[in-house]
Amino acid sequence: MKNTSRSLLVYAFIYLGFLYIPVLFLPLFSFNNSMYFSFPLSGFTFEWYREMFRNEAMHQSLFNSIRVGGFVALFSTILGIFGAKAITRYRMRGKKPVLAIIMLPLVIPEIIVAVALLIFILQAGGSLSLLSVALGHVLLCVPFSIAVLISRFEGFDQSMEEASADLGENSWWTFWRVTFPVVLPGIVASLLLCFTISFDEFIVAYFLSGTEPTLPVYMWNQLRFPKLLPGVLALGACILLASFIVIAFAEWIRQRNNNMALRQSLASMTSKIR
Amino acid sequence: MNIYHKTTQKLRRKLQRSESLKGYLLLSPTILVMAGIMLIPFIGMIILSLWTQIGYAKFDTTLTLNNFIVVFTNEMYRVLFSRSLVVSAMTTFLTVLLAYPMAYFVAFHVQRRKLLWIILMTLPFWTSYLLRVFAWKVILGYNGVINSGLLWLGIINEPITLLLYNPSAVIITLTHAWAAFAILPIYVSLEKIDRSLLEAATDLGDSPLARFFRITLPLSLPGVVAATVLIFIPTVGDYVTPSLVGGSDGYMIANAIQFQFGRGSNWPLGAALSLSSMAVVTVITIVYFLVSKTLTQNIR
Repeated sequence: MKNTSRSLLVYAFIYLGFLYIPVLFLPLFSFNNSMYFSFPLSGFTFEWYREMFRNEAMHQSLFNSIRVGGFVALFSTILGIFGAKAITRYRMRGKKPVLAIIMLPLVIPEIIVAVALLIFILQAGGSLSLLSVALGHVLLCVPFSIAVLISRFEGFDQSMEEASADLGENSWWTFWRVTFPVVLPGIVASLLLCFTISFDEFIVAYFLSGTEPTLPVYMWNQLRFPKLLPGVLALGACILLASFIVIAFAEWIRQRNNNMALRQSLASMTSKIR
Repeated sequence: MNIYHKTTQKLRRKLQRSESLKGYLLLSPTILVMAGIMLIPFIGMIILSLWTQIGYAKFDTTLTLNNFIVVFTNEMYRVLFSRSLVVSAMTTFLTVLLAYPMAYFVAFHVQRRKLLWIILMTLPFWTSYLLRVFAWKVILGYNGVINSGLLWLGIINEPITLLLYNPSAVIITLTHAWAAFAILPIYVSLEKIDRSLLEAATDLGDSPLARFFRITLPLSLPGVVAATVLIFIPTVGDYVTPSLVGGSDGYMIANAIQFQFGRGSNWPLGAALSLSSMAVVTVITIVYFLVSKTLTQNIR
């Protein structure tokens, strides 16, 4: 038993190495004083980071991605809340096939979603823009949002909602004062997840972005030009750092909220009973 | 009594129906949006696949199955299809095989700070997917990390060209890029296993190995099945990895689809290719589900 544990620990570190080493080459080369990614390293430089700050086109694409991601996160999560609440709170006939259709994008390769939307938009006489990218991303994100939120809606005691209704609150205020605080961590998780999926999504954006590239599409266009690549790596390193901070923050919020939400809703309920 | 019974039944049925109605009312925005941006484009794609391209953005709208005949008889598409499926299947198998011990370790041998391990395992996946794939081009390339490193150390005299631009490079890269999709579902299903079952097996005289194969592995199969489906379906249609590290020997079906919508500019054929690959993937997934279901039933 002791032996298995030790060999598993060794395996775990080797596997972590396999996961981390390729990714860590990117920040490493973003400080390397050469356009080419090869050993030996030629010297330390901040040049690529300076270039990153100068590059207007990159800023524009980053801004595009943030706008699309923000819209997608908000819109998908709202649709996700409707969906998750309906699915967990009501007995409905034909629930299973309807749910299956909503979850369908999870099991379709993304390129097919991209192609179908491309055909649809152009045949309908529309034009490609960030909005078409956002629509495609909503399609990909809603199933994830519902999956996250269903577990949150299922996890809490329905009698709290019933108690609020019995005490005379209408369904609107019951939602805001009881349901919302309890499912808030799920909503935050859904927002973060949808933003991340949209922010990183390439293939749908590649087909649908038209003349307004999102960040991944911009990066893709740079991958062929070695001169511009180190700037992309610098940005990649910054995004990795930023997402690390976001994860740490989200985890902190989640742990805090797990206690807070419950305490809050309990407190508001007891105060009403009194 | 009978009448009373009937009226209550009627009332109950009505209530149930209205509950159903209320549910659908609440669900309607989600259904409408999803149907609008999924089903309608999908029907559009089916119709387009039956047309013929006769010029730039011009189609002959007489319905024909010609595009599908091309897809299923053309030698090139057969090669691309089988390569995509083999590469994805290999990737899925390898990813699950490599991730399983890791998930097992965290589920059963980490006592404190499990969350830290989970974050540690998923952190690399927060880099951009493009850059993660690109990293392997940097590693495996002609002037890449491995070649330049080995040259620098004097182990080889000239760069190895076998590393990049072949299906193996695609498999290695995908195995790295999709690892989180295997680790997490397998970890969750392992974590759910009732520990008293394991103790019971030990008390009844099972060796640790026998215990693993008789209890742990079968009970973790739902996670394994979920992981395989989550990895297999998207990797069949992956465009980025074959384009960056696959070379012409590693092109997959997504490259052909993209080509028809880009320089090839034969949209109906592209639509037929998309629909065919989706059909193939769906059939394989369903068969796989059925097989794995009967298999797990046999184990129990």
